[in-house]
Amino acid sequence: MSVVNDNITLDMFQPAQISADESDRISAPSIGFWKDAWLRLRKNKAAVVGLFFIVLIVIMAIVAPMLSKYGIDDQDVVNRQNLYPRIPGLEWLGFDGKDSTGMDTYELNGVKQNFWFGTDELGRDIWVRVWAGTRISLIIALIASIGDCLIGVAYGGISAYYGGLVDNVMQRVIEILAGIPNLVLIILFILWLGGGMTSIILALIISGWIGMARIVRGQVLKLKNQEFVLASRTLGSSDQRIIWKHLIPNVLGQIIITLMFTIPGAIFFEAFLSFIGLGIPAPAASLGSLNQAGFENLQIYPYMALFPALILSILMISFNLLADGLRDAFDPRMRK
Amino acid sequence: MDKLLEIKDLQVTFKTYAATVQAVRGVNLTVNKRETLAIVGESGSGKSVTSKAIMGLIPNPPGKITGGEILFEGTDLTKLSERKMQKYRGNEISMIFQDPMTSLNPTMTIGKQIAEGLRKHQGLSKSEARKRAVQLLDLVGIPNPQVRVKQYPHEFSGGMRQRVVIAIALACNPKLLIADEPTTALDVTIQAQILDLMKDLQAKMDTAIILITHDLGVVANMAHRVAVMYGGKIVETGTVDEIFYRPKHPYTWGLLSSMPKLHTRQSELLAIPGTPPDLANPPKGCPFAARCPHAMKVCTEFMPDYSDVSDTQQVACWLQDERAPKVEPPETIGVGGRTR
Amino acid sequence: MTTQKNERQKYVEVNNLKKHFKVGRNAYLRAVDDVSFYIYKGETFGLVGESGCGKSTTGRTIIRLYDATAGEVLIDGVNVHAKKSRAELKDLNKKVQMIFQDPYASLNPRMTVKDIIAEGIDVHNIAKSKKERDERVYHLLETVGLNREHANRYPHEFSGGQRQRIGIARALAVDPEFIICDEPISALDVSIQAQVVNLLEKLQKERGLTYLFIAHDLSMVKHISDRVGVMYLGKMTEVAESDELYDNPLHPYTQALLSAIPVPDPDYERTRERIILEGDVPSPVNPPSGCRFRTRCPFATEVCAQVTPRWTEQRKDHWVACHLYDDEYKGNFNR
Repeated sequence: MSVVNDNITLDMFQPAQISADESDRISAPSIGFWKDAWLRLRKNKAAVVGLFFIVLIVIMAIVAPMLSKYGIDDQDVVNRQNLYPRIPGLEWLGFDGKDSTGMDTYELNGVKQNFWFGTDELGRDIWVRVWAGTRISLIIALIASIGDCLIGVAYGGISAYYGGLVDNVMQRVIEILAGIPNLVLIILFILWLGGGMTSIILALIISGWIGMARIVRGQVLKLKNQEFVLASRTLGSSDQRIIWKHLIPNVLGQIIITLMFTIPGAIFFEAFLSFIGLGIPAPAASLGSLNQAGFENLQIYPYMALFPALILSILMISFNLLADGLRDAFDPRMRK
Repeated sequence: MDKLLEIKDLQVTFKTYAATVQAVRGVNLTVNKRETLAIVGESGSGKSVTSKAIMGLIPNPPGKITGGEILFEGTDLTKLSERKMQKYRGNEISMIFQDPMTSLNPTMTIGKQIAEGLRKHQGLSKSEARKRAVQLLDLVGIPNPQVRVKQYPHEFSGGMRQRVVIAIALACNPKLLIADEPTTALDVTIQAQILDLMKDLQAKMDTAIILITHDLGVVANMAHRVAVMYGGKIVETGTVDEIFYRPKHPYTWGLLSSMPKLHTRQSELLAIPGTPPDLANPPKGCPFAARCPHAMKVCTEFMPDYSDVSDTQQVACWLQDERAPKVEPPETIGVGGRTR
Repeated sequence: MTTQKNERQKYVEVNNLKKHFKVGRNAYLRAVDDVSFYIYKGETFGLVGESGCGKSTTGRTIIRLYDATAGEVLIDGVNVHAKKSRAELKDLNKKVQMIFQDPYASLNPRMTVKDIIAEGIDVHNIAKSKKERDERVYHLLETVGLNREHANRYPHEFSGGQRQRIGIARALAVDPEFIICDEPISALDVSIQAQVVNLLEKLQKERGLTYLFIAHDLSMVKHISDRVGVMYLGKMTEVAESDELYDNPLHPYTQALLSAIPVPDPDYERTRERIILEGDVPSPVNPPSGCRFRTRCPFATEVCAQVTPRWTEQRKDHWVACHLYDDEYKGNFNR
């Protein structure tokens, strides 16, 4: 730490005019909350991998069915029933179109073209069905989660913000709803409305919003007595202003995290419903119904279960990784 | 004077995702047996980090001791394994934290919490430890210790909890007690009780105390020697009289001037303008230069060396250099709070 | 700071104010229990006491963040807690502002400094154009010693002292007459405390503001206040001009409080005699009968447990609630 004295000349001992404002200056570039969170998320490798797979699967769900000349219900029981997957370049991995006895299913049927994921017992292209199914699963999950989110945020927000008797009544209602096993609720609902996308979405929403409502309520309860909210009230702000300017922006991070955890939950629940036969009616497909079809043929044609199960798993893991990453990125305790 | 603890050129850094913060930048300190050393400074000056470094409690990551030694009776604590460090922690050196609410385990009785350290470090039996716990509670002035020993923390008030925390810290007769803002969370009347208790216990138990605080009143009451920290460095050390009556560093002057005096009337407080330096990007020269009314060109360029004002007082300031203009301390540093 | 004695106008009057919080079936926390005082126009009234004594609740009830359980608050002659139209409420909100304790919790982390300061301007439609709004914000920033480059930054980029100055600018945006400072410096470092206190004093001089300054740091309260009120467990124990209170404290609690403050003077600390109070503050849910302070008071006798002390003016402008000074009960003490 000692300094070579040669560098210090006498003239350096003149009083220097240093403005005190200098130390008030902030040198670091201005970083807003969202940018800050994004920077932090980017450092989290698992979350980035999750995000990558989600984006990839979403793109595939949109684009992939168009890459095949077959539709999801183009049957051909005669010519291309139960073809094994054949992917050029990946034959060494077993995707060579040969069945368990080593017979080339394509040669037997005289099919020239490649079915990357194979075909099912009705000769439909599984590639098309898997991605179209993914698309339907994603749509169901997304709409259901957004529905959860809207109802949950409104319900939880109102309950916490107005407090007192309002809160008391609204919380008792939630407790009663939460007390009914949601599977029973959903099954009754679907039996009542019949199968199909709309009823599945409604069924998912009817039990799904409770979690969101509870989280939002907790957050708002914590925030509404924070001094910045009190300050806004002393300035004469309306309830609306306080809710939209002060409460919602501060709960948004939590809402997004919860949303990210509800989406895989919804995907899985849809798959589960389809699996027990309450899902999307044939010939349409979802990841759940494809898994169910694959499961029935598991011992004879194992490839049929492989792809839908693989995508379902990747999707669930990816959403969970991303949600975990977001939670860390939004967590104010990690802030400097 | 016997040296108990000697810190040599200690450096601690914290890595955040955005920057590396040099929280402690070369601190030298000694603590003698049976004395109270106060470390004063504002938040972010590195005083708490220094104390955590002594206890081996720097969270790693993000924190790391990047240089220097902490010699406790000749043993370098920075080189010890976690296992060996545990022999010192709570036994030879113990610590009192600021918030008595969070430093006790709410699910354990007070007696168990005191006995824990005794059984681990001194190998006492269950009944011996229980007996000693009662004695300790009595020592720190808790009425009805036989009953209180079986109670849980929530059954104690804030001041009583801090007494319990002190009892736990002193259970194994440590040679060094680090008190990190021990009275900041307490009310004035309770603070007076706790300060009295600490002085009383120090006399009884011959413990050396490192007192970390920003309250100069507490320092004047408790300390024998004072180290003033600013921007991760110690800018001035001396006996308590030297620091309060003959301070040499402009920061110490500013600190004393900005305190309102209880017994005199002043029209305006002398504030230190500006904001402490950002230690993610520490200044090249003296950390106080940007806020110092006597700053010279050299101050912004080079960190001053320590110069001896007396056997006990050292100061790091270019004003001590013979080439510097003579500057008198401002009158506003007053004599503490007394009417002259 | 000094106000003319002859033409003092009471700006704020608090009469028998009570604020009780329900904490359970038939259990009430008596945070503020029958408190009366007044604040002259242009002065600083300091309110001190230990945590849980009700000083912050008093401040928040005055500004209508809480509804009063009983009693009234008059600000400039207007009853704060009476029913009001929207316009009357807005008028009140412009007149009375508050500065908060925690510089980290009092600014919305998702808003820029500009939007934070401009909140009052937006709510009351003070600025006619976006440009005027910006100009006002820049002017306010400069008033509190920050500069316009700070306007587009977020609160977390500032230090505690700077944030507190932003909070002050936000309060000033609506040109208030009366500001309640709720422990505005407790969370700040010593050198920064002085900055904020000096700023508050400068603003008071320039704008003729009236302050209610709530704090637990008696030395700072003494410095900034013209008159000081001491609270204990929901009750006002003593009110006097600040020099008078510090030179001649009457209530035993005030005496103990003053003697407990550590003074930054080693010689003085070595020789001074402290009055050390025994025990802790009782719970405000179940306060002691009679005088609230009697459980810790070195002079307490039976009468203190039976009769609640009267609020009397012992000397000019020096009010105290203690039997020691009450002619009727004086005889019970051998002092």
